[in-house]
Amino acid sequence: MKTAIDIENVSFAYNEQPVIRNVSMTIESGDFLGLIGPNGSGKTTLLKIMLGLQLPDSGSVELFGTPANEFAEGTRLGYVSQHSTDADSMMRVTVREVVEMGRYPHAGLRRLTDKDHQIIDDALKTVEIEEYADRRISNLSGGQRQRAYIARALASEADLLALDEPTVGVDADVVDQFYELLTELNAEGITIVLIEHDIAKVSEYAETMACLDGELYEHSATSEFLKSGALERAFSSARAVSSRSVTRGD
Amino acid sequence: MATETTRQRRELGAVALGIPLVLLAFIVFVVWVFPPLFELFWNGMEQLFNEHWLVSSSFLQHGFTAGVLIGFTAPVVGSYLVNRQMALIGEALAHTAFGGVAIGLFVGASIPVLNYPLLWALVVAAIAALGMQYIAVNTDGYADIPIAIMLTGGFAVGIAVISYGVVFSATVESYLFGDILFVPFENVQLMVGLTLLVGLVVGLTHKQLKFITFDREAARLARINVWLYDTLLIVLTALVVVAAMQILGAILVAGMLVIPVAAAMQVTNSFNRGMLISIVFGQIAVIGGILSSYYLGIATGPMIILVAIGIYLLAIVR
Repeated sequence: MKTAIDIENVSFAYNEQPVIRNVSMTIESGDFLGLIGPNGSGKTTLLKIMLGLQLPDSGSVELFGTPANEFAEGTRLGYVSQHSTDADSMMRVTVREVVEMGRYPHAGLRRLTDKDHQIIDDALKTVEIEEYADRRISNLSGGQRQRAYIARALASEADLLALDEPTVGVDADVVDQFYELLTELNAEGITIVLIEHDIAKVSEYAETMACLDGELYEHSATSEFLKSGALERAFSSARAVSSRSVTRGD
Repeated sequence: MATETTRQRRELGAVALGIPLVLLAFIVFVVWVFPPLFELFWNGMEQLFNEHWLVSSSFLQHGFTAGVLIGFTAPVVGSYLVNRQMALIGEALAHTAFGGVAIGLFVGASIPVLNYPLLWALVVAAIAALGMQYIAVNTDGYADIPIAIMLTGGFAVGIAVISYGVVFSATVESYLFGDILFVPFENVQLMVGLTLLVGLVVGLTHKQLKFITFDREAARLARINVWLYDTLLIVLTALVVVAAMQILGAILVAGMLVIPVAAAMQVTNSFNRGMLISIVFGQIAVIGGILSSYYLGIATGPMIILVAIGIYLLAIVR
């Protein structure tokens, strides 16, 4: 199996507050990784470092065998972030227009072709939001909106999908559907890295799990992971330090 | 700096080679093709409207043409700016452009060859735009800080130069408040060139500008060169502002960038359709503003903005 992400001895600090200390891990291509950890444990920062959006202070990151900051095939990456941006809620933009953006890096300066539009239609269909295609993105429910962002990643033909707490604010009965969708995409060969606070839920679906709290506590197949006691260690250490000021940039 | 795929690089290379050719074509069009077209169009209009004074005065022919061009470029560029919460950047650039006009008038008074205030405005506004971009990237602070500094700084330079040199106050006023009767034909030609340039650049890079406007982080992830496109947008804004300044004046320019876009946002859910509608609103505001200003005997710049606000209010209560 090929390696999707390989990070070695990565450390990162915000304003001299260490957020990530000496993390090394390898994510195989086709994996479904659930990344968990207490608040302020550096999960989001680690994810951004993996994607090359943030440079680590030290250590090396490779995406599909290329250093992350030199990795040029942006279309292979998809990212569904935790917060909705300002533009997300204010800008007049339809669901279809958002999904179209997944094709933009392919198109460069030329116009979208019929093939591009076919791929966009297919992506909308895969996540089952075709009927909302002409609605404004901010008029969708949280779950539908996250599906639209996944559709954008599908339209860009990403083979790595990173999601940062995608189910926050999503109705509980839709969450399972959402995970079914991720499982289907994973079965088609897309590597998934998922940050999730609901440990019970993520352990149902993820193939491997990792626990982070500044440093990496455990990274193994889900069944081993649950037996390892890493959760207790990570979350009790978080309680111990919670009397200190919590680092920002969760 | 994020890199792009090799295919995109090749495309950019082709664009870089194409730029001198396209610029040459623009110059040929503006200098030799446009004047006869302009004659032809307005002669036709004179026939159509039976020699009515509104279409046969050469001042108004210049003014109408300039206004229609502004009614196109300002809402197009404004569509990106408004959705990036950069609505007031146009205002700041207009004030620095005013500083440029003052410098141009001052230099031009002693060196007649350099007596093209609008070109000076263009250069100064473009430099200010790049400076603002530099400040935004290299300092952390709220986005409106560089805007406030540029807005007041540009104006301060303008007034300082004017108070030092001997400049006709009527000329200064025409750039400050706009004056439709004060658009010489070479400025109309300059605006045709600017409009072609804005149209071409937006036509080529609309997708990237829109993507970055909506989701910077995702655009960065897709390895789109965000810095390059940000710089491009702010320079385009400077061009549009300088073009619009003659009709609207430095103080009212931002209205044309913002109000038609804000009105269009009220009536559609789509960004692309919103951009088209904002152009329509921009044209209504310009033509309605010019006509009403002549029938009511009120200055043109303010009337254009007031008509635009009227459209906006209608769009809200609709």
